[in-house]
Amino acid sequence: DNLGELGKSKYSAADELTPRRDVTQYNNFYEFGTSKDQPAINAGTLQTRPWTITVEGEVKKAQVFDIDKLLKMAALEERVYRLRCVEAWSMVVPWVGYSLAELLKRVEPTGNAKFVEFVSLHDPAQMPGQKAAVLDWPYREGLRMDEAMHPLTLLTFGLYGEVLPKQNGAPVRIVTPWKYGFKSAKSIVKIRLVEQQPLTSWMKAGPGEYGFYANVNPEVDHPRWSQAKERRIGEFLKRKTLMFNGYTDEVAALYAGMDLQRNF
Amino acid sequence: MTIKNLDNRGLVRVKAAVFLTALLPFAKLAVAAYADELGANPIEKMTHVTGFWALSFLLITLTITPLRRLSGCLWLMRLRRMLGVFAFFYAALHFATYLVLDQFFDWPAIAKDILKRPYITIGFSAFVVLIPLALTSNDAIIRRLGGKRWRALHRLTYPCAIAGVVHFGWLVKKDLTRPIMFALVLALLLGMRVAYRLAGNRTAHQKAV
Repeated sequence: DNLGELGKSKYSAADELTPRRDVTQYNNFYEFGTSKDQPAINAGTLQTRPWTITVEGEVKKAQVFDIDKLLKMAALEERVYRLRCVEAWSMVVPWVGYSLAELLKRVEPTGNAKFVEFVSLHDPAQMPGQKAAVLDWPYREGLRMDEAMHPLTLLTFGLYGEVLPKQNGAPVRIVTPWKYGFKSAKSIVKIRLVEQQPLTSWMKAGPGEYGFYANVNPEVDHPRWSQAKERRIGEFLKRKTLMFNGYTDEVAALYAGMDLQRNF
Repeated sequence: MTIKNLDNRGLVRVKAAVFLTALLPFAKLAVAAYADELGANPIEKMTHVTGFWALSFLLITLTITPLRRLSGCLWLMRLRRMLGVFAFFYAALHFATYLVLDQFFDWPAIAKDILKRPYITIGFSAFVVLIPLALTSNDAIIRRLGGKRWRALHRLTYPCAIAGVVHFGWLVKKDLTRPIMFALVLALLLGMRVAYRLAGNRTAHQKAV
């Protein structure tokens, strides 16, 4: 399951890595159950081959990509990213993948493409958590076009140098490190480029609690808990949460002039 | 000796068995903590486990009266106080986990939590109300207060249990299955009390007529 020779990235954080065991056994992936340990226990039923991603919508070249073709489409790099969950815990994960922009430019978005919608697999036989109506399945997430094209946004195939474990969103997921973890859709089967801002699963579930942007922001609390601090998995004392999860230099320009209290 | 009329020796045995059983969740948690088997986020795990058992023991305490009425086993009442004190024991562990492990005595953060976050406000209030109930759970104080006043005070268990269930329901991100299960059990237990009271009033009324 080794992904072979990996390029180094200038976007890697210097933080100490969270042990692989914690990264793969403490997961939010409601498709396999709502507790943290259930995804690792239940994800065995997920079939990651054959697997395709349909990329469609406001594009000149809509295409269906096979997962094995995707893996070879651009050079894989290792990116050490901080991951901040909306529940106020965090990890540091060495992901493997390449920028989503590599994929998007190949389908040639039209001028109408303002947003990108990600749709995860919907198959209760493979994803037993979908038998409960916890969320409106399939899981949907989205980004603004400039966020999706940002080099930090990673189309992710692996972690710790190996193929993604199923409980971490195999075979392919998104990682947007300056946003809360739920923005990073897992087990993606469809990417749609659209003109209108898509309605995401969490916005549907709790519009007052989960906004479209979901940028990590210590000054904008979740209505039911503070976002000022976080517990880094493996550490005892909480640490201060950083604006944009510490990626201000890279992404702050995307939100210049925007009221982040309102656009939470 | 039958199950209905337990003699003193029998009662002592039952009490010892209940005491040891009630300690099991704590023992299990302590062993897991010592063996570093509480998973990636041990503090969160400890908070959840102690909170779960505090609420469970509150509800178990509230099952004693209906159970006595249904079974006719009067000695069940002799277990109620111990079970109530265990509810307080787990609630105190729950609060201590929050105070020491989760917040590490960050008083400004704690004050902000209690004032601004409804689920913490209500959970903390319930814990504060449980304190006088635990302090008055011994024979000497019951005698000094008198049965009537003691019973009036300990009726605060009902709002505590309701507050506990609301606290749980308010904090989960999405999956309300477990809080709803607690709420259903509590509704049944409180509903039975209302039914007993209505039935009691009717009998009293008939007698008066």
